[in-house]
Amino acid sequence: MAIVKNDSVIEQEWITVEAEDDLPSSDENLIVPLARFKEQRDDLLGRNGGLGVLLNPGDAPEDLAGDLDRLSIITVNFPAYTDGRGYSYGRVLRERMGFKGELRAIGDVLRDQILLMHRCGFDSYDLKVDGETALTKVRAALKEMSVYYQPTGDGRATALSLRERRRAAMEQKAS
Amino acid sequence: MSLQVVTANRLDDGLVVFLTADGGWSENINDARTADGKEAANALLAEASAPELDVVIVGPYLIDVEQQDSGLVPTKYREVLRTKGPSVRADLGYQAV
Amino acid sequence: MYRYDDFDRQLVQERTEQFREQVKRRLSGDITEEQFRPLRLMNGVYLQLHAYMLRVAVPYGTLRCDQLRELGGIARKYDKGYGHFTTRQNIQYNWPKLDEIPDALLDLANVEMHAIQTSGNCIRNTTTDQYAGAAADEIEDPRPYCELIRQWSTFHPEFTYLPRKFKIAVTGSPNDRAAVKVHDIGLRMHYNDAGETGFEVIVGGGLGRTPFVGKTVRDFIGKNDLFSYLEAILRVYNRFGRRDNKYKARIKILVHELGVEEVQRLVEEEWAQIKDGSLKVGDAEIARYIEQFAPPAFEALSDDDADFERHKSESRAFSNWVRSNVIEHKQPGYAIANVSLKPIGGIPGDATDTQMELVADLSEKYSFGDVRVTHEQNLVLPHVKKADLFAVWTALEGAGLGTANLGYVTDIIACPGLDYCALATARSIPLSQRISERFGDLDRQHDIGELKIKISGCINACGHHHVGHIGILGLDKRGKEFYQITLGGDASQDASIGKIVGAGFSEAEVVDAIESLVTKYIDIRDGGERFIDTYRRVGMDPFKEVLYGDR
Ligand code: HEM
Ligand code: SF4
Repeated sequence: MAIVKNDSVIEQEWITVEAEDDLPSSDENLIVPLARFKEQRDDLLGRNGGLGVLLNPGDAPEDLAGDLDRLSIITVNFPAYTDGRGYSYGRVLRERMGFKGELRAIGDVLRDQILLMHRCGFDSYDLKVDGETALTKVRAALKEMSVYYQPTGDGRATALSLRERRRAAMEQKAS
Repeated sequence: MSLQVVTANRLDDGLVVFLTADGGWSENINDARTADGKEAANALLAEASAPELDVVIVGPYLIDVEQQDSGLVPTKYREVLRTKGPSVRADLGYQAV
Repeated sequence: MYRYDDFDRQLVQERTEQFREQVKRRLSGDITEEQFRPLRLMNGVYLQLHAYMLRVAVPYGTLRCDQLRELGGIARKYDKGYGHFTTRQNIQYNWPKLDEIPDALLDLANVEMHAIQTSGNCIRNTTTDQYAGAAADEIEDPRPYCELIRQWSTFHPEFTYLPRKFKIAVTGSPNDRAAVKVHDIGLRMHYNDAGETGFEVIVGGGLGRTPFVGKTVRDFIGKNDLFSYLEAILRVYNRFGRRDNKYKARIKILVHELGVEEVQRLVEEEWAQIKDGSLKVGDAEIARYIEQFAPPAFEALSDDDADFERHKSESRAFSNWVRSNVIEHKQPGYAIANVSLKPIGGIPGDATDTQMELVADLSEKYSFGDVRVTHEQNLVLPHVKKADLFAVWTALEGAGLGTANLGYVTDIIACPGLDYCALATARSIPLSQRISERFGDLDRQHDIGELKIKISGCINACGHHHVGHIGILGLDKRGKEFYQITLGGDASQDASIGKIVGAGFSEAEVVDAIESLVTKYIDIRDGGERFIDTYRRVGMDPFKEVLYGDR
């Protein structure tokens, strides 16, 4: 198990608790499932440690509206890589709701989906391989393609916008 | 009890193959190792499903066959087609050779 | 026609390299079949009964002559000398080797083609009217929008792992030749009150085991807003479409279960938040795409051509071909020539390497290098001078491509069925051959008129049987092939799903059954009624009676 973020392997600094688990001491960094966050919102926000929320498929990221700047991390679970709901959650969180914290893909996270996740706003990936392998995979995956057709919130220039830019430059040269 | 053999498609060229007596894979169903009875069949399938065979074949499964004068013949028409080739193109598939 | 620029070219090339790596990783055991399967499917590689199958995209059914020539070359080099054109306007090869597929994809990339998203739970190749840019009845050429949809949907990062596959079809003509009402999204171009063109958006149509005619979620969406609107629909589907059961995962089920009003509400709510975002495509951008599909340099001709008329009067065979296969063009003096891939007794949709090359040559010489693939599994030379039709026909005849049966009873759609397909429950090709032979006589076909027979080899309905005037579904009944007949289906603007007549038939019986239905129709038709018109007038009972009367 290794987590890759910003081109390096990072430590797991978060404890994820399930629906029924007791809450650990107030100083621990904690990730709770969305349902539990909704139930115990005030208690959780009152703790000292960092707070994050886990989204499972079927959850509505919209439920976090108003609380996003209190959350340092949101983990999005891909129970199977074929379940693509998390991609929409990523885009909604980043592009619509303006979430600025860490957005981590967990679960069945494989090399061939990492670029897509990155394009949808994810910035960290929890892979089920050792650190070195994970880093190699993420690096390879992120540079596999260099042309993008869709505008997403990832800041990559789309083919459409590059064409536009080139046309403008040519017109300027011509005039 | 019915006779069964294991079939699959070969990984590199995708062609239909059958698990043989020596644990290899043949394009000819008559080279196939037969299993009589559920237990033997399960053992055969288990052998074909070994993880290391994942780089040799794809999707092994058991099929029912009958011993006829001409050799082993699958009982299902779908599998007969797999041993021969498309019924509408006698010039293609194993039937062509 | 659209030409790739360096961006498109690079994207396809990178994808080809990516797949080459993936194949290498698979062959070396670095990834398992389970991990590889979705990757190969995303590149159009299936495993079928006998071998792998490669499905190559023909975006919106439009090919340049050099592309079709390459498709022929690939058939020879990597396959067994033929390919199969499908109801999705694609081509399938039935015998490629996995380790050679990356090379085939590279050859394709060199002519600006690919197999991207021809399978998998993603947005598939967008289909449209095969006569786009040529049809006399067209409002506007739909292909600029199809190309924009192609780009928007290619490697869409959010919509690559949808609940299920997703198919979009577009028509620019009120006479729907693209079956838009039986697609996940159908777009029908029309005018709004202000006289602008835009699209009616139809959602939730589909065939398969639960066929539905799609429902309108929006009467009119302007062209600039089309892409954000599509994105809104896809996001709603990706988030709320069912994933617990693969047979209930298509958007048609979401529309059916939630109701079209609720889906409409969700889509509009989503759209309201993104409509002014970066997916709004400006008029200047659209104009550039329209320019890419600008009409070729037609000559100013009189609509009448003396030689053409003379050939028609001299050759009965030619005039028969013109009667069925040649369609009115919007440009005077030109015509649309359909190349039937349904020779009597042949395999529907199959074409050999040399046939593809011949059609490519003809298109280069006579049709501005433009060829189309139809969802009815034929080819089209869209812009032929009337004066050249005789030469075109003569060449087609010489290659077994001159069958004069477009739209007739022998112009049958058939999926590959059990002869190739791993999912099939029965064969479909031999049945289509028997029917074609039974009705092969041309005078009889003329008498019968338009009659669409569509055959699928299993409930997945790749052969569109639900929307055949006569539909045939192949099933397996205790190890024997048997066939269920449906009547009254229609894929056109008057779309309807056919109804099952009654108990199924064995292969031996089914051709007779079809003949009985046709005979009954001829008996009871009124004036110029087509089979489907008669059926709609009289209903199922008279037809049921001829099939089961004394049973
Ligand atoms: C030979 C390999 C093929 C396989 C494994 C295959 C598989 C499938 C499956 C599973 C479905 C049902 C999907 C669903 O309802 O969710 C389907 C539908 C469909 N396929 Fe195929 N198919 C194959 C070939 C073809 C061919 C050759 C054509 C065209 C002739 C085609 C065109 C279609 C169409 C038009 C539909 C129904 C429309 C729809 O609801 O999507 N397929 N196919
Ligand atoms: S309808 Fe069935 S048999 Fe025919 S191609 Fe589709 S999946 Fe195969």
